[in-house]
Amino acid sequence: MAPPKKKPYLLRHWAIYSMILPGLLYFLTFKYIPLTGSIIAFQDYNIFKGVFGSPYVGWKHFENLFTLPEFFQVLRNTLLISLYQLAFGFPAPILLALLLNEVRKLAFKRISQTVLYLPHFMSWVIVGGLVINFLSPTIGLFNDFLEWLGFERIFFMQEPKFIRSIIVTSGIWKEVGWNTIIYLAALAGINPEYYEAAEVDGAGKFRQVVSITLPALLPTIMVLLLLRIGHILDLGFEQIYMLLNPLLWDNGEVFDTYIYRVGLLGGQYSYTTAIDMFKAVVGFILLMGANRLSKKTTGNSLY
Amino acid sequence: MQPSRRAFVVFNYIFLTLLSLAMLLPFLHILAGSFSSGPAITQGRVSIVPVEFTLGNFQAVLGDPKIWRSFWVTILITVVGTAVNLTATSLMSYGLSKHELKGRSAIVLIVLFTMIFPAPMIPSYLLVKELGLLNSVWSLVVPGAISAFNMIIMISFFRGIPEGLTESARIDGAGEYYTLWKIVLPLSLPSLSTIGLFYAVGHWNSYAQALMYIRNQELFPLQVLLRRLLVDSDEQMLIRVNNAVQSVEGIKMASIMVATIPILLVYPFIQKHFVKGAMLGSIKG
Repeated sequence: MAPPKKKPYLLRHWAIYSMILPGLLYFLTFKYIPLTGSIIAFQDYNIFKGVFGSPYVGWKHFENLFTLPEFFQVLRNTLLISLYQLAFGFPAPILLALLLNEVRKLAFKRISQTVLYLPHFMSWVIVGGLVINFLSPTIGLFNDFLEWLGFERIFFMQEPKFIRSIIVTSGIWKEVGWNTIIYLAALAGINPEYYEAAEVDGAGKFRQVVSITLPALLPTIMVLLLLRIGHILDLGFEQIYMLLNPLLWDNGEVFDTYIYRVGLLGGQYSYTTAIDMFKAVVGFILLMGANRLSKKTTGNSLY
Repeated sequence: MQPSRRAFVVFNYIFLTLLSLAMLLPFLHILAGSFSSGPAITQGRVSIVPVEFTLGNFQAVLGDPKIWRSFWVTILITVVGTAVNLTATSLMSYGLSKHELKGRSAIVLIVLFTMIFPAPMIPSYLLVKELGLLNSVWSLVVPGAISAFNMIIMISFFRGIPEGLTESARIDGAGEYYTLWKIVLPLSLPSLSTIGLFYAVGHWNSYAQALMYIRNQELFPLQVLLRRLLVDSDEQMLIRVNNAVQSVEGIKMASIMVATIPILLVYPFIQKHFVKGAMLGSIKG
């Protein structure tokens, strides 16, 4: 089928290249241009002068970061919420998947899975609305419950000390069911003969979980854990912005919401872009470190 | 069954039932509240059954032209956005699924890099501004045209299509576009619909982009409007509380329901697709 005289490679495959080109341009424009636009972290960016006209100021904004108490406040909030999520939110779907996997009644399993996945499909505005309603001091079901137990009603959304727990708990509530899917898929791949053999050897259910199930899940767990660690400073904007109000900033403001509020709304473009850069570099270093550690200890890694 | 085993099984069923109820309870409470009178809500008499049944809350919400406008904006973004997503994603994925293509792995690397280093917020905003997309629905569509994650899933799906099929089409003289349109895409309908649904739910639920790029109230998507109502207690909307039957809380609850119902209606049909898509994604890491 080769044409008599070979046309140049690009010309022969022009159709394929023309398919890739728009997508490639998209990634270069909307991902790479903003990345290079991070250069404004080294400028005193002025909206009228633009990236090319604004004066360079070296590391000034980064030095500012480390002298501003506000920065450390936000860093502390971000890290604390992230670590709580890691400690409670990360194992939760693993446990739930183990429990769901033990259900033998198929109809029960299907119905509970359908219900457990549901919150994942709701926007954070709706879920945040539910949370605010649920915790409301006047009409909230949770306060009704507290009162029934004999406690005082609490203004949850006005007291900074609760906001981190609210963020972590509502995150688990929304995503725990959905996050079981990946573990259930891994569990379905375990050869049942292992369990039969263990049974013959007299291993109880708990022993089987420890010796067969968890090792089988380990690669999945490690990959997800590594990805999570690389994003330890990204908590996602939508959830937290929905749950925050000015009363809760002290304990609840995280990098993503801070960059929006102070950077975009407040016009401090250079300073907050320096924060974004700090975030990316820290995330990258953590990802590389964790990947290396995991490769050495468990043999699992991202690449 | 051993007694300890039996105890575990009983515990397991009870626990999962309670957890499922915990997922439903907040929705049921809001649903009940949205049909209840203002005084009944504020006196805390509503649990999961409507008290002093009324449609007043819904009348107030649905009687507000702002809600309808936002609805249309959201539908427009979802439809146009998903169409753009699917076109761009399948074109690029199909191209990149060709092994023999020169420079293929370099391009894949360029894409993967963006997953580790996502575009920072402020420079993205400045770019959208420079492109003149601020206050236009395109700002909610174009900057998210392709999800790298969905693209990777799609590439592996296209790889699974037997090469003989596309090869024979080529021998019959079909061009690449014709082959993609007439042979590959029809075979890929299951994964196209799954990925399309992922994109569509993403558009329907997103509000961060609109918050950043849209200042014109006429173009607010539903989620932004709802957020203003729930968090900022948007005065203009709540002013519609004009009789004793309604209350601010009742209106808020009805608004939540109005934004929830479209998703609830399609949920039974799309859930299966999503689970499949999530597993497909998980296998590829």
